[in-house]
Parts: sequence; C-alpha cells; structure tokens
Amino acid sequence: MDHVTPVPAGTPDAGVPAVPAHTAELNGLLKQAARGDEAAFARLYDATSSRVYGLAVRVVRDPAQAEEVAQEAFLEIWRTATRFDPDKGSATAWMLTIVHRKAVDRVRSAEAATRRDVSYHEQNRTIDHDATADAAHASLEAHRVRSALGGLTPVQREAIELAYFGGYTHTEVAKLLDLPVGTAKTRIRDGLIRLRDTMGLGA
Amino acid sequence: MNDAHGLSGAYAVDALDDLERARFERHLAECPECQAEVASLREAASLLTDTSSFEPPASLRESVLASIETVRPLPPVVADLTARADRRRRRFQGLVAAAAAVILVGGGVAVLQPWDDDAAVQVALSATDEVLAAPDAQTYEMQVGETTVSVVRSAELNKAVLQAPDLPPAPNGHAYALWLQHDDAMVLAGIVNADDDTDAILLSGDAKTADGAGITVEEAGVDPGTPSTTVLGTVGFEQA
Repeated sequence: MDHVTPVPAGTPDAGVPAVPAHTAELNGLLKQAARGDEAAFARLYDATSSRVYGLAVRVVRDPAQAEEVAQEAFLEIWRTATRFDPDKGSATAWMLTIVHRKAVDRVRSAEAATRRDVSYHEQNRTIDHDATADAAHASLEAHRVRSALGGLTPVQREAIELAYFGGYTHTEVAKLLDLPVGTAKTRIRDGLIRLRDTMGLGA
Repeated sequence: MNDAHGLSGAYAVDALDDLERARFERHLAECPECQAEVASLREAASLLTDTSSFEPPASLRESVLASIETVRPLPPVVADLTARADRRRRRFQGLVAAAAAVILVGGGVAVLQPWDDDAAVQVALSATDEVLAAPDAQTYEMQVGETTVSVVRSAELNKAVLQAPDLPPAPNGHAYALWLQHDDAMVLAGIVNADDDTDAILLSGDAKTADGAGITVEEAGVDPGTPSTTVLGTVGFEQA
C-alpha cells in the first residue's frame, strides 16, 4: 500500500502564476451561466464557494448569517451574470464585489440596530486573522498575496484589512488607527494600488 | 486630482458611508478614469480573499442551486445609451404615477421632465435655471441627517428649487416627498425616487405664498396625500 499522495500535475513552481487559465475558466462559466446554464453555474459554485463563503464569514463572522449572505450573493450573481464584462475585470473580482457588498450591508444594518463594540472586535481581529491565514496556508496564490501584503506599510495593510474584512468605513478606520480624519481613505487607496502593482494586475 | 478621485480605494472596498457612496457613484458614472481605477482596485482587493477561504456547509450548495431554478437571469444590456434611456423612462413613469411634476436637472442639463418632448425640456431647463439666477432668489438651508440641502426660492417667479446633490437615495422601497406649506396645509411639491438625481429639483406649486418647505420619507409608488411622520427636515420662508 502506497500512502504517498502524488504531487498534482498542476502544482505551479514559485513565480509562475497559474492564475490566467483559472481566470479564463471562471469567466467562461459565468458567461454560460448568464445564458441560463445551471450546470455551468454549479461548476462555478464549486470553484468559488469557499472564497465566497470565506469572505462572508470573515466579514459577518456569524456562520449562519454568512451562509445567508453567500446564498443571497450567489443568487444575485446568477441573476445579474449578463452584467459581467470580462473586459473590465475577472469573474472572481466581479463575484466577490457582490459578496463583499452584501456582507458589508449586513454588518452595517445589524450595527444600526445595536451599536457594535469596537474594542471587542479589535481584540478578536488578530485571533481570527491567524486562524484563517493558517487554513489557507497551502495555496501558492495565498503565499504571493501574503508577500505582496508584506510590501505594504503597516498602516496601509491595517487600513485595508479593517475596511475589507472589518467592514468599517474609512472614517471608522481612521478612528481605529488614530489617523487624522480623511487620511485612511488615502492609505487604503495607496495600499490597494501597491498591492495591485505588486501582483501585476492591469491598469 | 479632486476629492472624488481620492475615494476610489475606499469605494472599491465598500468603505464609504451611504452618503459618500451615493456621491462617488454620481462622479463615477462620468469619470472613465475612476471606473478603470475602481475595477483594478477591486481586482487587488479580491486577492485578499486568497487568505481566507473557508469551506461552506454542504447545505449551501443545495439551497443555492435550488433557488436559481426559480430565478431568470437578467437579459443582457444591449447598449449603454439604451440602458440610460430605459432608466429615464422608468423614472418618468414613476413620477407620473406619483402625479408629481418634478423636474430634475443635473449639471445644468435637464435629464428628465414629465413631458417627453424637446421643447418642454428647454422650458424646464430655463425654469430651474431662472429660479437659481433670479435676482430675488433666497437660499434656505435645512439639515437632513448629516447632509445640508438648500431650497432656493424666488417669490417673483413663484417657484422654488431644491438642491440636494449629497442627499443619499431614499431607503429601499421608499421615496422622498417634497412639500410646500400653506398655512396649516402641506401640499405635495415633488417626489424623489431612489435613483433620481437630486442636484436641482423644481418644486411644483405656489412657492411665493408658501410659508415653508419640508421633506419626508414616503412609501415608493404611492401618492401621499399628507406627509408621513418621517419628517427629515423643514424650513420656514421669510415673508416679504
């Protein structure tokens, strides 16, 4: 009995991004889904559900609510798939934009009912981050992203993470990081531009 | 680079509040540079999720696939111009349903008015501009949430214009109603639906004899006979 798992043929060498083929595949599936192809959508779901759900969990935290957010987002993706334009970006980014918006809307509307305790979330943020980072350790892409994030200034990085995963507005981010009002939005923008350029994304 | 450009990053990660978001989206619609930047920054932001994948429960797959069976995907957008025209027409119908003659002007150009012909557009254009340029025009400010909106009134022209470029869209399923107060009676002067421009809105009714103006939140698609209790702001006019 041989228990050694063979290395998958697709495992890329460091420095060789396997992204483009994947991107093209997802774009194709989304395009088929736009024509009402449910099987293509099921494949799209299988290829993206852990990222979609992972993002929802990261932002809303409560697994049951994250599931609702993911469900709503997938339905929206199905319904509006014709609006996706591959010339303007990848299917992944387009889908995750929808998911993120829904997740943020969810935490903000929950917050409107009960003002959230910032210090509580501040304390828990670090723990959550480590846990999720561990889970994704194996992915090469994740490795590239982490090293790209390492190239940001600590403030840029924190500002982006609080905004993207914390669901905070840039004004709240400024407050959390003791930045002058109006500078957090600049840190977020600068950081994203740097991330984009480091990862070799267009524009 | 103006202020709006600088919000592209925060917009890409949904870090704007509702007001800023509405304002930025208005800018975005007319700024190809920002559109490209937002798209590229969204690509960058989406990479962050590479570090937070999480396997969803199997039940999610079933419920997602079951729910799409009952929903028809939207038809493709044929051309941008068509989409815009459709939006205007929808707006137009909404306004007629509300039986309110609201004239929307964005950047000095009428984008909609309740009569579908070019001559009327010209009339509508000058009506709003006339009020804003009237020698006797007086500006009254009122606080609506965190936004300041202005009512410009010309007694001579007997007209008033609401300027509220920063007003966020009305909550889901709702519209703003604009009122002119005559003694104790509130008379409907316009409806602002969620996707309407709010740069400058000509109020219907007699502004000259009005004692003041107000803005309330009403259910969308219903012609409110009287203002609801959700009053966002009121302002009293000086009497000549």
